[in-house]
Amino acid sequence: MNSHLRVEAQQSIPTAVDYKVYHDPEVFAAEQRNVFKGRIWCYLGLEAEIPNAGDFRASFVGETPVVLVRGQEDKIFAWVNRCAHKGATVCRSLRGNQADGAFVCVYHQWAYDAEGALVGVPFRRGMKGVGGYDKEFAPANHSLEKLRVESYKGMVFGTFASEIEPLEDFLGPVMRKYIDRVFHRPIKLLGYARQYMAANWKLYSENSRDSYHGALLHLFYPTFGIYRQSQESAGELAEQGFHNVFTVSKPKGDIDYTSFGDEANREMQSATKLQDDRLLQFRPEIDDDIGLHIQSLFPNVVLQQIQNTLATRQIVTHGPDKTELVWTYFGYADDDEETTRHRLRNLNLVGPSGLISMEDGEAVELCQQGTVGAEGKYNFIEMGGDDVRGYYAPMGMDENAVRGFWKGYLELMGDALPTSAVEVPA
Amino acid sequence: MNLVDPALQGFVDSLNAAYGLCLDDGRLEEWPEFFVEDCLYQVIARENVDNGLPAAVMYCDSKGMLVDRVVALRQANVFPEHFSRHLISRAVITPVNGNMVSAEASYAVLQTRNDGETRIYNAGKYIDKLFVAEGSAKLVSRTCVYDTHRIATLLATPI
Repeated sequence: MNSHLRVEAQQSIPTAVDYKVYHDPEVFAAEQRNVFKGRIWCYLGLEAEIPNAGDFRASFVGETPVVLVRGQEDKIFAWVNRCAHKGATVCRSLRGNQADGAFVCVYHQWAYDAEGALVGVPFRRGMKGVGGYDKEFAPANHSLEKLRVESYKGMVFGTFASEIEPLEDFLGPVMRKYIDRVFHRPIKLLGYARQYMAANWKLYSENSRDSYHGALLHLFYPTFGIYRQSQESAGELAEQGFHNVFTVSKPKGDIDYTSFGDEANREMQSATKLQDDRLLQFRPEIDDDIGLHIQSLFPNVVLQQIQNTLATRQIVTHGPDKTELVWTYFGYADDDEETTRHRLRNLNLVGPSGLISMEDGEAVELCQQGTVGAEGKYNFIEMGGDDVRGYYAPMGMDENAVRGFWKGYLELMGDALPTSAVEVPA
Repeated sequence: MNLVDPALQGFVDSLNAAYGLCLDDGRLEEWPEFFVEDCLYQVIARENVDNGLPAAVMYCDSKGMLVDRVVALRQANVFPEHFSRHLISRAVITPVNGNMVSAEASYAVLQTRNDGETRIYNAGKYIDKLFVAEGSAKLVSRTCVYDTHRIATLLATPI
């Protein structure tokens, strides 16, 4: 034992964050208040998931269960799924249609409309003059907790902070430009996959912004001899730092970009050969040369186009070491059957079984396991500098967007993030 | 209820038993041999099937694609070290059309990782089309419809 140790507090900064942020229940609780219920917009789902009046879908803001509903006049509402009477879960299904527009808690049959307003209370006046609520009882004071809801290009967001800037300003012009490219025409839903990781949500948020790991952790392309040396990559950040987009594209004016498979076969002298390269086929369908677009919108969604796969990945925080990733896959509304089949084939690349993505689930769990008991020790995020830049190209040798995430996160958390007492030699 | 030809029932159940053991023993390179060349193998959430949505977590519409999966698992993909254990029910054989047989069976895949705990990893049912001839059965298509729509960490080894 060294008796010459003293205790010193050290603040987390974007290049060095205390590992306790992945484990500490107090940090997790503070995040629910300062981040998820704070001055941000949280992704709730796609308009295409609830196309008809009365359609609803269960969702989350952080750990808080909310329900997304399309009302009779086509307006979309969201409310916390917690009865104003005893706190019971009101809507018990993952999705469905409430044709009469009433959501009834099964416990005492309190009934709410699509907006979350209380519209019915059994035995409100009691029976034969006995029981019931006081004359002053005002149903309007007992509605479900409502979120402010706004959509951008079919992506629906909600916020508990009723006074913050409109969604469009929160996203900013750079993020909107890339959302526009994916949602340039109407979409149709293809389905879901849910992945449950024994890791903190921020490890996944870092992962989706981290281009450094791409070619090092995900070895599918090099294993099959697919080297895309002529590709161009770039990363852009929103002003706050915490949203980013990462794209990989072919240089303009290059040879026809028909298929990764074709390119693979040219360069595949010694490597293992794919038996069926339809898996990798890419059919450009947006008017640019981008084959990979991964966009992380703080705090809880990733929007992607990888080859011809289109998806949102919603992050749900069930606990400090329990994170659910809800993959919502979609295509375009005018896809024919063959195009859909092609997308399904491409989907082998992504998701919980994705040939170029499954490793992320393992990587975040390894970081969770490795940082147990590491309070007062810090990660090291200095690849490619120690600053946060709005534009970084080429990407892959930097952690610019990871620093951007921490910059935005630390600003929102402020004093709510407790500092660790660390021991240093006197 | 029609009595299924016991020999046919035996072919299908034997295929399923051998299929499960093949994966559980880690003989992944033999796994594509349970399928015909022009096959379809998919692993899809029950919530998608019930809602008429086609997205699957694995979708291989050729035997070559199954082989590619195995090569990727062996050489490229990173996942938690684990054992799998398939428990597969007796098949219920539905219509038979010449050599083409439709069958369904329930399965549970248990998984044991390095911490030593055995967990129920994936439960569901196989919806199969088989080609039965000359005393053996091969899969023309196998759709693994899983109830466990919360996939723990990731899904690497086929179901």
